[in-house]
Amino acid sequence: MSGLGARPISISRVARVIATKDLRIELRSRVVTNQVFPFAGLVMVMFAFALDNDAVLSRVAGGLVWLATLFSLIILVQRSFAVDSADGALEAQRVAGLDPAGIFIGKAIAVMAQLVVLEMLLLLAAVVLYRVELHISGVVLLVTCVICATAGLAFVGTLYGGLTAGARGRETLLPLLMLPVVAPVLIGATRATESAFTSGGAAVSDGWPWVGVLAVFAVVFAIGGILSFGSLIEE
Amino acid sequence: MTSASSTTTQTFTAKVATPTTRLVGAMAIVSMAWVVLGGLFVTPSDVNQGDAVRIMYVHVPTAWVAYLAFIVTAIASACWLLSRKHAMGFDRVAGASAEVGVIFMAMTLLSGGLWGRITWGTYWAWDPRLTTTAFLLVTYIGYLAVRGLGGSLEQRARRSAVIALLAVLEIPLVHFSVLMWRSLHQRASVLSGDGDIKMDGSMLTTLLVGVIGFTCTFAWLVMHRSRVLAMQDAVQSSQLDAALQDRASESAGLK
Amino acid sequence: MDHLGFIAAVYLTTFGVIIVLVAKTVKQGRDLASKVADKDKPWT
Repeated sequence: MSGLGARPISISRVARVIATKDLRIELRSRVVTNQVFPFAGLVMVMFAFALDNDAVLSRVAGGLVWLATLFSLIILVQRSFAVDSADGALEAQRVAGLDPAGIFIGKAIAVMAQLVVLEMLLLLAAVVLYRVELHISGVVLLVTCVICATAGLAFVGTLYGGLTAGARGRETLLPLLMLPVVAPVLIGATRATESAFTSGGAAVSDGWPWVGVLAVFAVVFAIGGILSFGSLIEE
Repeated sequence: MTSASSTTTQTFTAKVATPTTRLVGAMAIVSMAWVVLGGLFVTPSDVNQGDAVRIMYVHVPTAWVAYLAFIVTAIASACWLLSRKHAMGFDRVAGASAEVGVIFMAMTLLSGGLWGRITWGTYWAWDPRLTTTAFLLVTYIGYLAVRGLGGSLEQRARRSAVIALLAVLEIPLVHFSVLMWRSLHQRASVLSGDGDIKMDGSMLTTLLVGVIGFTCTFAWLVMHRSRVLAMQDAVQSSQLDAALQDRASESAGLK
Repeated sequence: MDHLGFIAAVYLTTFGVIIVLVAKTVKQGRDLASKVADKDKPWT
């Protein structure tokens, strides 16, 4: 706890302020909309070039959507902390006595919001480019899957992004640390999305156990991040 | 330039080895020699696997040490975080153990791949155990990279302890999701039969000696490497002290 | 002995790597022990 005399600000308030700040920066700078979203779309097109087969593409569409999401997650997280560490804002927030758990949740929510928009675009791209079919019964599964997977990705991304922010060599270290951890999300979200698309003869009901895995993952790393984020960003 | 030598005379004679490490080292050498002789020449070949079973005497103890190393790293990290004084000894044991563990994990995957090529006809299978092992390797390569990030000793210890404990959260989730991934897709895993090795007395003994010998080797390596790490930290901080002293004397000379 | 190449490869790499690791550790320890004062050696 900070030794400041002022009344401590509640975690939820800190989270709200940080999330609003991050999202406002992204809305004004347009880096995410003008650079990250086009990059993700480009990845989807590149996958089509590499696989070069309509049947294969519609079969593996779910996995490609989530791979493109992971690549974009790396950029989004680096961007989210580059904005802060450029002006020493993260240290300033710590010195100001903001609860690190609140900073963690706030930054994760901002990343989550950007990821959800990105995933919607990628799923739309999969329907258009890879010719997958989405029935009404799959939509509920898909939406739940996107929410749970995005929460897990955002928590892990923020956690490891905070660690590598301000350290030398962070650009190369972030994917090395983060990607192994989010592997369960890639597996789970891919299976659930394939079920929602009913690709490869999967039934929609097959996807729900995977959504459970995604939810457990998100909860575990939310708690882990709340407990440890302060130690990781402390200088 | 007068180096500010302290009034107490410093000695530099103490060696890294102590009676304990010498004893552990001797035990390691004896049992490793036993494993090589027993594994290659004394033990019979297996009914099903033939001579390929001889790889087991090396592979199984290596895998055991690799997993032991990561358990030690996790426990030492937790001890560092929980200990009131944040004793650096815990941090160095965690680091030394991870260094040794990464190398043994790589050797496990290598010898396992070669063994698999003989017995199953493939170097790699998407088996949960194999996949989790590979993820452990990558995770702890990342852990060592985090240790190398620089900063103060306290900062290094704090960061790396948190990373080690996050790995304890990560690995079961990876294992479980790969387990579920495979079980939903194709069942019959190459490892499901678990080798079908019929062990006689000499085979069991050799395997047991192997586990003991590799564990002694691990203990020796961790003790020595954590002492090396302690001396590296001391050199680093003394260089820092010297640099600070130079700056201080410089500015004193300017006055 | 069948699969002699594979078995030899496993034994040679495993014990080779261990020997290299031990040798490296011993050398590092010797070099540093002559440079570092005994008061900085926590095990003494």
